[in-house]
Amino acid sequence: MSLIELENVKKVYRIGEIEVFALAGVTLNIDQGEMVAIMGPSGSGKSTLMNILGCLDVPTSGSYRIEGDEVGTWGDSRLAKTRNERIGFVFQTYNLLPRLTALDNVELALLYGRGDSTKPRAREALAAVGLADRADHKPTELSGGQQQRVGIARALVKDPVMLLADEPTGNLDSRSSTEIMAMLQRLNREQGRTVIIVTHEPEIVEHTQRAITIKDGLVVSDVRIATPRTAEPNEEVSA
Amino acid sequence: MSVLALLRTAWFSIGSNKLRTGLTLLGMIIGVAAVISLMAIGRGSQNTITERIESLGSDLLFVRPTSTGGSIFGGGGDSDDLTIDDAVALLDPVFAPSVAAVAPEIQTNGQIVAADADTFASILGVTSDYFPVRNFTIDLGQAITAAHVLNGSRVAVLGSQISETLYGVRDPVGQTIRINEKVFTIIGVMDSKGAGEDNRVLVPITTAANRLTNNRAADGGINVQTINVQATSGETVDAAEAEITTLLRLRHEVTDEDDFTITNQQETLDTLNETNETFALFLGAIAGISLLVGGIGIMNIMLVSVTERTREIGIRKALGAKRSDILYQFVLEALLLSIAGGGLGVAIGAVLVRLSNGRNIAGQDVETVFSTDIALLALGVSAVIGLFFGIYPAARASRLHPIEALRHE
Repeated sequence: MSLIELENVKKVYRIGEIEVFALAGVTLNIDQGEMVAIMGPSGSGKSTLMNILGCLDVPTSGSYRIEGDEVGTWGDSRLAKTRNERIGFVFQTYNLLPRLTALDNVELALLYGRGDSTKPRAREALAAVGLADRADHKPTELSGGQQQRVGIARALVKDPVMLLADEPTGNLDSRSSTEIMAMLQRLNREQGRTVIIVTHEPEIVEHTQRAITIKDGLVVSDVRIATPRTAEPNEEVSA
Repeated sequence: MSVLALLRTAWFSIGSNKLRTGLTLLGMIIGVAAVISLMAIGRGSQNTITERIESLGSDLLFVRPTSTGGSIFGGGGDSDDLTIDDAVALLDPVFAPSVAAVAPEIQTNGQIVAADADTFASILGVTSDYFPVRNFTIDLGQAITAAHVLNGSRVAVLGSQISETLYGVRDPVGQTIRINEKVFTIIGVMDSKGAGEDNRVLVPITTAANRLTNNRAADGGINVQTINVQATSGETVDAAEAEITTLLRLRHEVTDEDDFTITNQQETLDTLNETNETFALFLGAIAGISLLVGGIGIMNIMLVSVTERTREIGIRKALGAKRSDILYQFVLEALLLSIAGGGLGVAIGAVLVRLSNGRNIAGQDVETVFSTDIALLALGVSAVIGLFFGIYPAARASRLHPIEALRHE
């Protein structure tokens, strides 16, 4: 059993009388511990695929299973629970709440679940991305790379089965991009975390083990990368 | 999400836009403060009226003829059923042992003309017992005596307000006035009693009957409009009422319906209290409307807030917030706003009530009473308003689709 199993997944949007197939039948398996890039031009359906993988949306037809559980039939609160417990989102625009400190932003993911001692856990997660000394800073007081590291800390704090990163380096300069890619690679190699990156940058794809290309709502290529490039470890990020 | 975390989140959101929060609160504060102060005025005036009536004495009964047409205050021949002889008969210690004193009165009104001023006033024809029975005390000069009544003297005792109108600060005793073109000598001025009882002129009942009205009955007796009866004590009022009823039925040979009515102070008090409650309810309704407006203000600001924070809602949903989490968060914010507004409103209302109590506002001595039950009610109502007006915006927030919310700029 794979971690993620998609079987002939279709997503149809209705615009007036016209039916638009955002996904026209995607079949895909992703195993535990893989680092995958999903590519495709805009309008290809990769965002829709990402939303369905992240349980933000459900397929119109077909089957989507996470760890064997069928997602398609779930209601809002079960989807919310899954997003909270099994999925960590990393966004292109970081999506941190501007009024909250880095620590409070990380803690937010913990508040929507059970369990106490949310502050210490959030602090640990921040320390793991090397931002322990920035815990009380607001997002506007942090650089883009630092904000994205807060985003990764928030995604990881619930110990999810997969990390879903949507253009995680899209808004970053090359130095910060390398930094973030190094961090995602380390999470994948050292902790065996499943990482799925949606991107259109070939450089990013080179750092992954598998490249899936989507076009017109269909998987057009799915290739293994024999020797993924290793992102230069950055001295700022402690191991 | 735990209640504590929800509270913290809501509190933080409210605190992050202080000006807007302050203005929204102001709506609730004004509403609640209005409720508190208007109800305090309502209760205060109720107290004032109760006090005034009780100062007359709770042992008083008023016997009036059942009018056969026209007004009993008309002073004409309409009320030809109650006479001075009836009043005297009520003093019978055998038939009416509970009656301590009686004071019949004739009521009319007319033009009072002094040397250099004139006014319109109500004129009462009374006996000497009227003063002790009705608690009227003399400020200057003397009261009407039994001799004045016996002789039909043309003498008058002025209410304090009339004296001031006609003579200012001068002593009117010994001056002459003309009442409805008849000349009278002023023999005294009464102390102020308030409650509109100072604008009257008292003359001997016989003089009133002979000179000022045509209250002569066919048999030569004098018709009266009211017999004030004082019972021997507050406890014997009911007994006195029964005795008077029996006596008058016998005297008037009543076979079916009584031709007189007896009112006691308690009934008058009840009637006035009823009027006052209506008044208080009216004030409360006005205040309630302003509270409602405050609630609409909260709803307005919550709707703006939901629109502004669409992206935040999307982020929270992506992190695992359920619909109910978002719903509770926004409802709680509305609740916090309304309860904080309500609390501040109660505090400001209480201060206003304290400041205005006993002050003379626009010529009226205002008595205000702060009541805890009204304060609690206002707080409760503001909480309910927060809940009511918070639910719709919160439901809108909770129903947002996470993807669309995340895309919102």
